[in-house]
Amino acid sequence: MSDLDALENQSIYILREAFSRLKPIAMLWSLGKDSNVMLWLARKAFLGHVPFPVVHVDTGKKFPEMYDFRDRYAKTWNLNLIVRDCPPVEEVDPSLPPAARSAARKTIGLRRVLDEFQFKGIIAGIRRDEQATRAKERVFSPRAESGAWNFRDQPPEFWDHFKSDLPEGAHMRIHPLLSWTELDIWRYIAREGIPIVDLYYARNGKRYRSLGDQDITSPIISDASNLDEIIAELTHTKTSERAGRAMDHEREDAFERLRAQGYM
Amino acid sequence: MDGTAFALKPVESVTTAPLAERFPFAIVGHVDHGKSSLIGRLLHDTNSLPEGKFAEIKAASDKRGGTFEWSFLLDALQAERDQGITIDTTQIFFQTARRRYVIIDAPGHKEFLKNAISGVAQAQAAFLVIDAAEGVREQTRRHALILQLLGLRQIAVVVNKVDLIGHDQARFDAIAREITAYLAQLKLTPAAIIPVSARNGDNIAARSANLPWYQGPTVLEALDHFAAAPVATDQPLRLPVQDVFKFDERRLVVGRIESGSLRVGDRLEFAPGFKQAKVASIEAWSAPQAMAASAGQSVAITLDDELFIERGHVAVHSERRPVLGHRAELRLFWLDEQPLRVGDKLKLKVATAEYPVEVEKITAAIDVEKLQPVQASEVARNAIAEITLRSRALMALDKAADMQRTGRGVLIRDGDIVGGALVLDAESSDVDKRLVAPDHLVTRDAREALNGHRGAVLWLTGLSGSGKSTLAMGLERLLFQRGRQVFVLDGDRLRQGVTADLGFSPEDRAENIRRSAEVAKLLADAGMVVLVSLISPYAQERDRARAIVGERFHEIHVKADLAQCEARDPKGLYKAARSGAIKNFTGIDAPYEAPAKAELVIDNSTQPIERSLAALAAYVEPAIALQAVKDAWAI
Repeated sequence: MSDLDALENQSIYILREAFSRLKPIAMLWSLGKDSNVMLWLARKAFLGHVPFPVVHVDTGKKFPEMYDFRDRYAKTWNLNLIVRDCPPVEEVDPSLPPAARSAARKTIGLRRVLDEFQFKGIIAGIRRDEQATRAKERVFSPRAESGAWNFRDQPPEFWDHFKSDLPEGAHMRIHPLLSWTELDIWRYIAREGIPIVDLYYARNGKRYRSLGDQDITSPIISDASNLDEIIAELTHTKTSERAGRAMDHEREDAFERLRAQGYM
Repeated sequence: MDGTAFALKPVESVTTAPLAERFPFAIVGHVDHGKSSLIGRLLHDTNSLPEGKFAEIKAASDKRGGTFEWSFLLDALQAERDQGITIDTTQIFFQTARRRYVIIDAPGHKEFLKNAISGVAQAQAAFLVIDAAEGVREQTRRHALILQLLGLRQIAVVVNKVDLIGHDQARFDAIAREITAYLAQLKLTPAAIIPVSARNGDNIAARSANLPWYQGPTVLEALDHFAAAPVATDQPLRLPVQDVFKFDERRLVVGRIESGSLRVGDRLEFAPGFKQAKVASIEAWSAPQAMAASAGQSVAITLDDELFIERGHVAVHSERRPVLGHRAELRLFWLDEQPLRVGDKLKLKVATAEYPVEVEKITAAIDVEKLQPVQASEVARNAIAEITLRSRALMALDKAADMQRTGRGVLIRDGDIVGGALVLDAESSDVDKRLVAPDHLVTRDAREALNGHRGAVLWLTGLSGSGKSTLAMGLERLLFQRGRQVFVLDGDRLRQGVTADLGFSPEDRAENIRRSAEVAKLLADAGMVVLVSLISPYAQERDRARAIVGERFHEIHVKADLAQCEARDPKGLYKAARSGAIKNFTGIDAPYEAPAKAELVIDNSTQPIERSLAALAAYVEPAIALQAVKDAWAI
C-alpha cells in the first residue's frame, strides 16, 4: 500500500469512528487546502455523502476568493453549511499579543457554535507537522465545557482505540489529518484532483502557503503556479509552513496559549 | 501586517509518484537519559530542521540561562521547557537517503506511562537510550518490557553521553553486558549497542574520532537497517464492523480490514454469531470498482442477504473463525489510578466490539526488576499483570501470538481507557463447537399440526399508556377462546424475574430486550403465539429482537398520541416523569423511535379498543395459519 493510500484509509477509519461514536457531530471548514482534503475524505468515508453539518466560523476577514469558493462548493458538494460570525476583537482576552488576539476570535466563535448546536464532536483538519503543540495532539481530543485543552492529562490512545465517552457539556475534537504532512496534502490534492482556492498558486512572484485572515497572513516568494511546482517547491523548502502566520511568532508561547483555550 | 515575504529554495525536481509508507520508530528510556537530545541531533545532522529553528532553540536556551538544549525542539510546550521534562508523546518527521521516518518521542518520567504507551504502540522499531554515566535504571527496564509486551522486536540500544565517561570502553562494555542480559530474559536481541554523544554528534549520523574502539553502525545506519513490518494480507480475514450505512438505496457494511482479504462472492460469517451472507459488491466513491480488498483498507461492502449486523460484529471466513467464548486470559498494562481488583466490572474493547466483562482472577503481577510473576490481589497503576476476564455475552477473540491486530484491546471503565491488554488465551465455549442442542423427536410440523396453528411472536411496541398491555391481554383471551396456544410476555412481569437483575441503563435495556426475545423465541418454538408487550423504544433493539426470533417475528406498532397517553396515564408514570421523579422516561426525556417497517400499525388514539382488538385479531389469524390452510385459501 502506498503512503497516500495508507493515510487515506486511516483517515476514513477515523471519520467513520467519529460519526459512529459522537452525535451530533460537525466538521469545521476553514476553506483552506487541509479542510478541503478533509471534506474529500469524508465523501470517501460516507460514499459521496457528507452526513453532518459543515461549519464555517467566519472571521469576516477571509479573502474574497475564499468566500466565492465556499459558496460555490457548498452548493456543488451539497453541503449542509452552517456559517456563524466571530465576535469583535474587543471581546477577546486583551493580554494576548495582537495577531493571536485576532485569531482567538475564532475560539469564541466556535464556542458559540457549540452552545447553539450542542455538538458532541467537532472534526478539525489540524496536522502534527504544522506546529509543535499540534504534534502532541490526540486523534480524539476531549475538551472541557469551556473548550479548554488539558494537554497535561490527555487520555491514553493506542492501537486505534479512541476515547469517545464525554461528560455533560464537554465535546470531542477529532483530527483525521493528524498524521498527514503538508507535502502529503499537496500530493493527495494532485492525485485526487481536489479543488482549492487559487490563492495557493503563485501570481507575480508570490503565493500563499497557508491561508488565514487577510490581515495576519503573508504570502511567500514563489513562482510555483501549479500543483507540480508547489510539490517540487515543498520537497526542498526548509521554511516552516506557518511562517506567514503572524500569530505563531509574536511570543514564544502564543500559540500554545491559544490552543489551551480551545483554538483549533 | 506589512506583507513580509519568506523565500523558499528553488525548484529542483518534481515527483508525485507513490512513496513507501513512513517508518515509525520510537525513542524510549529513563528520564533525562537524553532522548529528546538524540532526536534534536538526528534532525540537525540529517539537515531536517526548518530554517530559523536552531536560532529559536538557542534563544529559548539562553533565556533560561543554560547551555544549548536540543530537547527544546520537541519540548515545545511552555510547561515542559520550565520543568525540563517531556510531558506528552510527540511525533516528528524526517528522512534519510533510504526512506522517510516518523520519530515517536516517548516520555521517560514514570507518571507519564500512558503517554509513552500511546506513542510506542505505533512504532515498528525502537531505540532504548541509556545514560553512560547513570547506566541501566528502572525506566530503562520498564520501557524494554513494554516494548516486548507491545510486540516490538526490532530494538537498538543507544548508550548516550559517552563524553561524560571519557569515552571509556570498559564502562561502555559493562553497560552493554547488563542491558544485553536483561533483554535476553525478554527474548530480545538488540540489533546494535551504540556509544554516542548526542550533544556532540558522535556516532549519530557520522562516525566519531573519539570512539575509535567502536566498529558497529551509527544511529542512522542502525535505523536504515530496521525492516518494515509485513502487511497481514495472508492471515485469516478479520473485518470488524464499524457501522452500517443507509444513506441511499444501498445498505453498506463498513469497517477496516485488519488482516486477510476478501473478494466479491465470498461467503462471510459475522462473529460472534454464525449468520452468513455473500459479499455482493465492494463500494467506493471516486475510486475504481474493486473486486477484492485486503488488510489496511477501509471498505464498504453490500451483502446478498439482509442480515442484522451491527458495530462490533467481525466479518470472517467461517473456516478460519476466531475463538468464540466467554472467558479470556490477558496480559494487562494498567493505567488507572484506581487499582484493578477481582470482581471489578469493566468493558473489554477489541477492534470495534465492546464486551462487558468481570475480572474473575488476577493470576500474577510482573515484577519489572526481576521479570518474575509475583502474587498479587490487585493490579496497581503502571503495573503489568496477567488476569482472567469473564463475559456474559459471547466474545470473538484472537490470540495476540497469532493475530497481532485483533489479539489485543483496551479496558474501559466509566468511559475512560484504563488499560491495554493482549489476549494470551481464549477459552472456546460450547457454542464455538456448534454443539447443536439435541434434536427434538417431536418436530415443529407435528407440534403445529396438533395445535392447528403456527408459533409466532407478536412484538407490541409503543409509548407507555398506548394500550399495549390492554390489547395483549384482550387478544390473549380472544385467541384462547378460539383454542389457540397463546401467552402474554409483559415487560413489567419479566422485570420481576427473568430480568430482575437489570436496570435502565442503555446496556441493561439492550440486555432486557435480548432476554425477552430469547424467551419469546423458546415459547414460539414450543408452538405458542407469544404476545410481547414492551415499550422497546429503540429501533436497533427491536431489530435485534427480530434477528433473534427470525421469520416468525411480527412488529406491531401500537400508536397513540403522547398527549393521549399522558391523559390516560394508567400507572401515574407520566406525572412522575413530568415532576422529575422518574428520569429517562420514554416520550418525556427519552426518545421513542417509531417503527419504520412494522408489519402492522394499530392506531389506538381514537378508535375504541374493540376495533383495535378486531384489527389485531384479523392480522394474527392468517399470520399463524398453517401452510395447508393457507394453500386451501389460495385455492
